[in-house]
Amino acid sequence: MTRAAPAITILAVALPVSLIAGILVGAVPISPGDVLGALAGTGDPSTATIIRDLRLPRVLAAALVGGALAVAGTLLQGLFRNPLADPYVTGTSAGAALGAVGVIALGGDLAATIVPLAAFAGALVSALAVWQLARLGGRTTVLTVLLAGIILTSFAGALVTLLLFASDRLSLRLRAVLDILSGGVAVRATSELVVAAIVVALGVGLAIVLGRRIDAFVFGEETAATLGVDPERTTITVIGAAALLTGAAVALAGLVGFVGLVIPHALRPIVGATHRTLAVASFLAGASVLVLADLGARSAFAPAELPVGVLTGLLGAPFFLVLLVRARRREVA
Amino acid sequence: MTALVARSLAAGYGARGVLRGIDLALDPGMLVALVGPNGAGKSTLLRALAGLIRPTAGAVTLDGTDVATLSRAALAARIAVVPQTFDTLFPFTVREIVALGRSARLGLFARPTASDAAAVARAIDAQDLGALVDRRLDALSGGERQRVVLAMALAQEADVLLLDEPTAHLDPAHQIGIVRRAAELARSRGVIALAVLHDLNLAALADRVVVLDAGQIVGDGVPGTALTSNLVARVFGSGLAVAQVSGRTVVLPR
Repeated sequence: MTRAAPAITILAVALPVSLIAGILVGAVPISPGDVLGALAGTGDPSTATIIRDLRLPRVLAAALVGGALAVAGTLLQGLFRNPLADPYVTGTSAGAALGAVGVIALGGDLAATIVPLAAFAGALVSALAVWQLARLGGRTTVLTVLLAGIILTSFAGALVTLLLFASDRLSLRLRAVLDILSGGVAVRATSELVVAAIVVALGVGLAIVLGRRIDAFVFGEETAATLGVDPERTTITVIGAAALLTGAAVALAGLVGFVGLVIPHALRPIVGATHRTLAVASFLAGASVLVLADLGARSAFAPAELPVGVLTGLLGAPFFLVLLVRARRREVA
Repeated sequence: MTALVARSLAAGYGARGVLRGIDLALDPGMLVALVGPNGAGKSTLLRALAGLIRPTAGAVTLDGTDVATLSRAALAARIAVVPQTFDTLFPFTVREIVALGRSARLGLFARPTASDAAAVARAIDAQDLGALVDRRLDALSGGERQRVVLAMALAQEADVLLLDEPTAHLDPAHQIGIVRRAAELARSRGVIALAVLHDLNLAALADRVVVLDAGQIVGDGVPGTALTSNLVARVFGSGLAVAQVSGRTVVLPR
């Protein structure tokens, strides 16, 4: 904890700084004074609309998505004892996206509460499936988790395409589906943000409470059991928490890749491996990073907006490759 | 006095029975070596004694209580297991690993108490890890890591210490070191200690040797009486000879 405290303090300062930067910068240049005025409820009404109805919810949503994915990545990495796990590569996000698209195909609106629920259900089913698949043969390895993730991602992807093909309703709402698949932060209603905030708070709380139990998995489920931790109950709760976080993230922003993978991985050498500390640090860092990434995605081709998932994919995939090569070297050695 | 007892024990995995008719009573204050050829059921017996698998017949009792009726946390407070694998891709420190031995005593929301910290400190001292506490586990040698997981089990401050092939990843000097440490712990702390061992010469360093073959106990006693030429030839094949060298039982290739 001693070595983690300064890092967490810095991250706790970085988050509000990122949030402010995210509100200050946008397609329409607005001076810091006018931004403050808009937030305080004074000043020009059109400026107030941009700041309070567009930028503020967007920045808060990006923070929630980034924090949720980073904590979900922490949970899945700890559970699988695998630094290469996260909601995206394990297929958990794909399951959540399938749930969300399925509900839209049935006529649900993207802003409706049913979408996050369906995303959660999809995430839960796929995380449980990965866990079962990865355990085939008795022990989980880095590669079995990734293979299980590939299988699930392809399967969910095929089902999404099938839905697109078969559902007339869905072909009329291609834009909504594309939003989910390409990973852009979008807030359609304040209620959506509030629901997501509650769900993410619950998921992060569970991660903090379960942290020490996840530590006990370091040498496997059987050793967790002999240390006094019930492996089945802990596993189910951890998967449930990861699914809550992934469901909330996918409902808000669709498929945003690699945040959950990179953030805990980058933090571990700094704050240590214990999962309680890592979860707190990952939430703060993930939230800041995605706010800044979304800022970049908004600004790069302004006034057109690049979905932030494209940016995280472009940056995250090479990083993932480097990690994979390193992990393989260590396994061979 | 504490006693860990298996009575008419049968256990296995799914439909495959591995152990049958095991009667074994383990007493405090001595190290018991559990030996046998590959597939004899050594690890299965250790798992059954630790309450990790349910017997298909018979029972394992600790001071008269069936271990199958105890919760994981209650079991961990009484029975500690030194795991066979202790590799991790995560940068846990030695102190953090040893502190895992207190997992069972901590509620979900509880902070470690002074007695938890004291138990961790005692375990670290007992395994001479004081200089390594802030080092990462993956930066240590195999022998040092073995001492860390032994310290983790000691931090549980349990009455029973079960070691699952503790010598598997070690060179000969460290193999002897870890068996001597286990024997010394059993004698000085009066705990029940059992180690699954492959090497019969290491087993001969224990106070008592239990020989397992095809899921049954075929030999049991002090090394000199359990490891006889006849029994070793019958269980491990005719390639081995048993000799007594200056009062010690030694197993050699024939």
